[in-house]
Amino acid sequence: MSEAVAVVVLGASLLAAIARWRWAPDWAIAAGGAMLLVALGVLSTSDARSTLRELGPTVGFLAALLVLADGCRRAGMFDALGALMARGSRGRPGRLLAMVFLVAAGTTAVLSLDATVVLLTPIVFATAARLHTNPRPHVYACSHLANSASLLLPVSNLTNLLAFRASGVSFTRFSALMALPWLAALLVEWLVLRASFAGELRRPAMRASRPADRPEMPWFAVGVVALTLVGFVVSSPIGIAPVWVAAAGALVMSLRERPRPLELVRAAEPGFLVFVLGLGIVVQGASLHGLSSAVDSLLPHGVDLPALLAVAVISAVVANLLNNLPATLIILPVVTLSGPGAVLAMLVGVNVGPNLTYVGSLATLLWRRIVHAHDEETDVGEFTRLGLRTVPPILLVSTVALWLALQVV
Amino acid sequence: MRVVVWIAEDTWEGCVDRARALLAEDAEITLLHVAPSDVEALASHGGARLLGRHPPPPPGPPLRAIAEEEARSLLAAARDRLGRPAETLARRGKIEREVLEACVGADLLVLARDGEPRLEPKSVGPRTRFVLDHAPCQVLLVWPEAPPSLDTIKLPPHLR
Repeated sequence: MSEAVAVVVLGASLLAAIARWRWAPDWAIAAGGAMLLVALGVLSTSDARSTLRELGPTVGFLAALLVLADGCRRAGMFDALGALMARGSRGRPGRLLAMVFLVAAGTTAVLSLDATVVLLTPIVFATAARLHTNPRPHVYACSHLANSASLLLPVSNLTNLLAFRASGVSFTRFSALMALPWLAALLVEWLVLRASFAGELRRPAMRASRPADRPEMPWFAVGVVALTLVGFVVSSPIGIAPVWVAAAGALVMSLRERPRPLELVRAAEPGFLVFVLGLGIVVQGASLHGLSSAVDSLLPHGVDLPALLAVAVISAVVANLLNNLPATLIILPVVTLSGPGAVLAMLVGVNVGPNLTYVGSLATLLWRRIVHAHDEETDVGEFTRLGLRTVPPILLVSTVALWLALQVV
Repeated sequence: MRVVVWIAEDTWEGCVDRARALLAEDAEITLLHVAPSDVEALASHGGARLLGRHPPPPPGPPLRAIAEEEARSLLAAARDRLGRPAETLARRGKIEREVLEACVGADLLVLARDGEPRLEPKSVGPRTRFVLDHAPCQVLLVWPEAPPSLDTIKLPPHLR
């Protein structure tokens, strides 16, 4: 009985997040569902409280990073990056793609995949349009790298933040272990996208519609982000949790950019933070009643290469069935028992996997085809073809790279 | 004769030059540009792909407005380069379908190869290939630059 209730509540929370009903926001369904599970006794109050204690710092970390990225936008960093890409392209589509790769990989690694999807991708579209070149290769590159370039740092993806806390490795060790898998993923994306859009990228010169604006790079914001990164690396050895470094970075950025209080709250996306907490408790409820043991029986134990590959592939499949956030919440407690190597292999799967299906989930895809008119406009076929060409090879080479890194680092 | 000249981002200059050289003086020319709605959707609805997130739309003009402005500017540049009176037509949607619909009632479609610079099937990209295969009028397929020489052909064994 408890099992069925937990699974239904989990399903309802995911459905609400996918359907985006106005009258039933996803955060309210997830939070209400979490309270329902506690009220029905599916999850004890102390279990719920310990889950909140576990997720609290991660959600705070996430809020700080969202505020930091919003500060960068406010300071004009993304417009400046657009101008930088346009100048760096020197009129050649192939070079523009290289610039998009550098900027998107850097933005994703440092400011998280959300910043690339929400803030950078529209800029890339506008930059290509103003250069009168076909925006297709560049927008696809940006969209792909938001996922596949999010392997590097604990701050690159919410899934990484969750895994970072659970795995107990330091910020530096996490990044050192993931550097090689990250580079491997970038290399595969580069080779496949170059080949897939060879025709579009071949034409020699493009001509901008007008002389490019030259917005100043906001060096203060760049400095804050750089110092925050340095802070992440040096804070762990002296016993300060990285969440405080992120909070300090967000604070300095906010003091400089002075958003209105309401804008600051909106930048931290309180609805999303509540959704993550609620979903965490709901998944915990489902995990205690059978979901965890089901996942446990599915996953191999150990950190040899075949086990890591299996973890990455299964995680990618679950991420495509359910979306990567719930996939992480479900799989993470199980792989944590096998050690950091297995946790990082899971991240390869859940981070790269979503490039396979347009909305990161097959169920979502089916649902949105029915509900949302604007999806009529998207070319799901092309997206999936590119996903099929990139995701399986990246899962393979990045996991092998991770295995190598685990032997060395 | 009513002629549609398909203006595509990376090949339009060569395409316009060939049209000017090859079309009769009395041809009624329409310069057509199609903005791809799927790329715009991928760039602007990206936030909808993040579970549980509801990011506010970024400030500045929406991508639709940017795309429309750049299409107008591209068509204006094409008309200047053509140096002859011509209508311009900016459409938005799935590229292949929009081009084919714009060809209804036309006598001729002028379009440029947009693939590999060699004498081979890949010299025409997949979208252009679709239009080429399904156009409801005569078609003039041009090289946007000087045509490659015969030695760029990779001959199959039986022709060597």
